[in-house]
Amino acid sequence: MERVAIIGASMTQFGKREEWIRELLAEAGLACLEDAGVDPADVEHLYVSNMASGEFEGQSGVVNALVHDLDAIPAYTQRVDQTSSSGGAGIYAAWQSVASGASDMTLLVGGEKMTHRTTAEATDVIASLTHPVEYKHGVTLPSFAGLTARHYLERFDAPRESLAKVAVKNHENGVDNPKAQFQKEIDLETAMESPIVADPLRLYDFCPITDGSAALMFCPESVAREYTDEYVVIAGVDGATDTHVVHEREDPTIMGGVVESGEGAYEMSGYGPDDIDVAELHDMFTILEFLQMEGLGFAEHGEAWKLVEEGYTERDTGELPINTSGGLKSKGHPLGASGVAQAVEIYEQLMGEAGPRQVGADVGLTCNVGGFGNCVITTIMEAAR
Amino acid sequence: MTMEAYRYEDGSITYPGHPIGPDGSEPVETIDLSEYTAKVVTWTTSTATPPGVREPNTLAIVEFDVSEASDDASSSRTQSGDDGEPVRALGQVTTDDVETGDTVRPVHVEELREPGAGIREPESQEWDGYRFEPV
Repeated sequence: MERVAIIGASMTQFGKREEWIRELLAEAGLACLEDAGVDPADVEHLYVSNMASGEFEGQSGVVNALVHDLDAIPAYTQRVDQTSSSGGAGIYAAWQSVASGASDMTLLVGGEKMTHRTTAEATDVIASLTHPVEYKHGVTLPSFAGLTARHYLERFDAPRESLAKVAVKNHENGVDNPKAQFQKEIDLETAMESPIVADPLRLYDFCPITDGSAALMFCPESVAREYTDEYVVIAGVDGATDTHVVHEREDPTIMGGVVESGEGAYEMSGYGPDDIDVAELHDMFTILEFLQMEGLGFAEHGEAWKLVEEGYTERDTGELPINTSGGLKSKGHPLGASGVAQAVEIYEQLMGEAGPRQVGADVGLTCNVGGFGNCVITTIMEAAR
Repeated sequence: MTMEAYRYEDGSITYPGHPIGPDGSEPVETIDLSEYTAKVVTWTTSTATPPGVREPNTLAIVEFDVSEASDDASSSRTQSGDDGEPVRALGQVTTDDVETGDTVRPVHVEELREPGAGIREPESQEWDGYRFEPV
């Protein structure tokens, strides 16, 4: 089977945008076509990662709209909804479309328009993914994070500050990302004294509500060489699903979907945790960075906080820089775009195009989490040099 | 009104019940968890709640330790000790004065959140249920 290459990437400005979902998707799609040097007429498949344009905006049919707006008719198109991991699921779908031989040029565009809704409304749209026995109690994704964080801190005797240090690190990284929603450092005291959202977690333990879009162009490696000498290949990708009912999980500190998808991606790529040079993890909440570090084998169970305390995940001095983009925490989290944007950051790192965020990297990993670990996609990418 | 869990052929119990259990078998009986007490595994107080939800909203994941089914209706329905089957549930707590390890009992309430205020179709689910009260 021929390897699948990524030959172009783009990302819109993340944050509060005036544009609606159609315009955001088109902005990223056009930029990706230009970055890849691909004519819209040559796009055979076009996937759109989007969780809830109908619920947020009342706009359905975004796939048809985007194909038309990009003048990519008659490309086959399909929407990919896997809640917050729609972007990662889109990567898996795009990889499948090329690896199967069904398409020689597949464009993936992920996006979400959210900020026109109040925080309460946006929270409820996202919370509607939960099982009714949890939803009717007013559970939210942030409250799952609070429940899990308390359990983690108590069980592993981890200091509360270790979670705040994740926020401080990712905000520091976001300063060098001009497309991040927040380009502002915070200190530990600010994070620790910010308002409580879901005890013991506070405001700076959570990502913001965001508008934005991101895109990637996929093709067989043989086709990639017709366009460029420098590209990135998908070395491994896998997805997995955990329980819908979060409280049914045997161990609240283990996300089975992270473990399973990580093992699948490692097996497919031939790489292991020690081979990863840079990673983008789904830090929708700071506690998730710990759980993914442990689920992916970067840290022993219950010990990720120690690595964060030691600076292991720092961008410029750490052995494994995590969330060089600023992560969802600082860059923002437009649901359907986030998994795609994670891969855009790794693409830029592997291509040497990350500017002041650049780290030395040949192999990178993204982990995109839907719900509270309900669905997970792990992708391993490597530079083709 | 009950807090209905399913027991499966292998003895495992889930709340809520599912058509197929963790062991791949169909459920063999239902268990009313509202007759049992439970221990708090973890808890949080959420201050950013969706429309129609009380604010703040203290939630807990609790673990029931359910003994084998008994034909004797008067048999103990409290925690059964080491031979019980664990089953967890998430729910609102009646107070914000709660700690990990506390013992709680389910207390029925007619409305956990305002049905018409959220995004879900009001008729798509039951809106009454049980809160956990420390004992």
